[in-house]
Amino acid sequence: MTRYFTKDHEWIAVEGDEATVGITDYAQSQLGDITFVELPAEGSEVGKGDSASVVDSVKAASDVYAPVSGKVTVANAALEDQPELVNTDPEGEGWLWKMALADTAELEGLMDEAAYQAYVAEL
Amino acid sequence: MIFVSDTYNNPADIDDIDPDVPTGPLVLPLDQWHRARGGRMVDFAGYWMPVQFEGIIAEHLWTRESAGFFDVSHMGQLYVSGEGAEAALEQVLPIDLSTLPVGGVRYSLLLNEEGGILDDLMVTRWGTGFYLVVNGATKWDDIGHLREHLPDAVTLNHLEDNALFALQGPKAFEALEPLVSGDHPLSALTFMRGGQFKLGGIDAWISRSGYTGEDGFEIAVPAENAAELADLICAQPQVKPIGLGARDSLRLEAGLPLYGHDMTETIDPVSADLLFGINKRRRTDGGFIGADKVLPVIAAGAATRRVGLAIEGRMAAREGAKVLSGENEVGIVTSGGFSPSLERPIAMAYVPAELAVSGTQLSIDVRGRKLAASVVPMPFVPHRYHRKGAA
Repeated sequence: MTRYFTKDHEWIAVEGDEATVGITDYAQSQLGDITFVELPAEGSEVGKGDSASVVDSVKAASDVYAPVSGKVTVANAALEDQPELVNTDPEGEGWLWKMALADTAELEGLMDEAAYQAYVAEL
Repeated sequence: MIFVSDTYNNPADIDDIDPDVPTGPLVLPLDQWHRARGGRMVDFAGYWMPVQFEGIIAEHLWTRESAGFFDVSHMGQLYVSGEGAEAALEQVLPIDLSTLPVGGVRYSLLLNEEGGILDDLMVTRWGTGFYLVVNGATKWDDIGHLREHLPDAVTLNHLEDNALFALQGPKAFEALEPLVSGDHPLSALTFMRGGQFKLGGIDAWISRSGYTGEDGFEIAVPAENAAELADLICAQPQVKPIGLGARDSLRLEAGLPLYGHDMTETIDPVSADLLFGINKRRRTDGGFIGADKVLPVIAAGAATRRVGLAIEGRMAAREGAKVLSGENEVGIVTSGGFSPSLERPIAMAYVPAELAVSGTQLSIDVRGRKLAASVVPMPFVPHRYHRKGAA
């Protein structure tokens, strides 16, 4: 499994042509208490950069963009009752959706963990 | 992910901030105090202010259960005095000062000629003049407006050497009481009454008032003593520092409008459901700026009204969201968010008067989804003020 990161603070963990997507710890810390997550419909097609999900915090609603193109296979139903999982375990239990990748070549432009940490350190 | 609310993400580098340069946010007396306690600082009303410490929901609930310490030093503290100050203020504000005793605090409105709201404010009668607290974002305009309309014999002082705190919550009294001394005990203050005290040996003007719906106090102290007094108050076990984020969610639950959002210079006091800001005598006698426009609205009723909306589900509706009745767009949300106390989204909105009735079923368009909403009475969470005559 390889984990990539976007400049918009999504992470994507890839295994073959399947992937799991969420928001980073930095993102959840910036958003604060998350009160609701609008998840993509299972079976829906998302394009790279499309708004696929919305994370509502006490302060604001924020779009979550699909890091790459593909088809949503599973949305994290646990978030319906426990949106705070995105705060407590953003890169684990607080994942947002799983998807089948349309084109693994799209992963090439994303950051690895070290590059993302360096990017965040500059913000 | 884009952090929509960009004001929450300004990197703060204190070395870059020069309070003499008016281009960036200014620094308030407790700036370092907030940073040392982990406050996340944002640009608010032209000042660096803490939006949160440990988290908005935790801070919100702490205030409802115990006592929250708020730094509101960005607000404008003004002093109006001199020959004819009382009559002059009554020309500018729709307030009846004849019924305001020394130490009495009253909510009022600054109106323009069109009857629109320029600001809301608190007016206190001191022994020799009037103490006004106005919103931070509007204070410079307010000062200009007052200087323009007050006669030369009346002096307007901007008390820039004061800091202003609020201590709010059911344990605010027990936290503050051991720290103050004065001619009267702190218990002599009931809701909307103030007095001069010593706080930790320092002169402090304390009123029993606030912006959360809870019992509590607002405390004006010399800026040079702000940090030591903040330490003194926050050393009490009942007290934690609270940021602007929870201040906003607390006032929303309390049904208290926020200037620039729930009221603006194009909204009249009747529509804003702030008729109590126009004292009874003034509703008939007039004689204040904007009276010609406002009195007919009082008589005829407003076409639109500010209402509270309880929203089904967990998705919040925020400022700017459209309110629908059936398929028709009928209004707009002016404040909204998740209520930590009620664990559901709530909002304030303007709707036609005929729909401004409790129980009216409406919907709100949020990103193409229609959220079911019903008109409910405000406050959303009951006020717990310490009123005179109450136990």
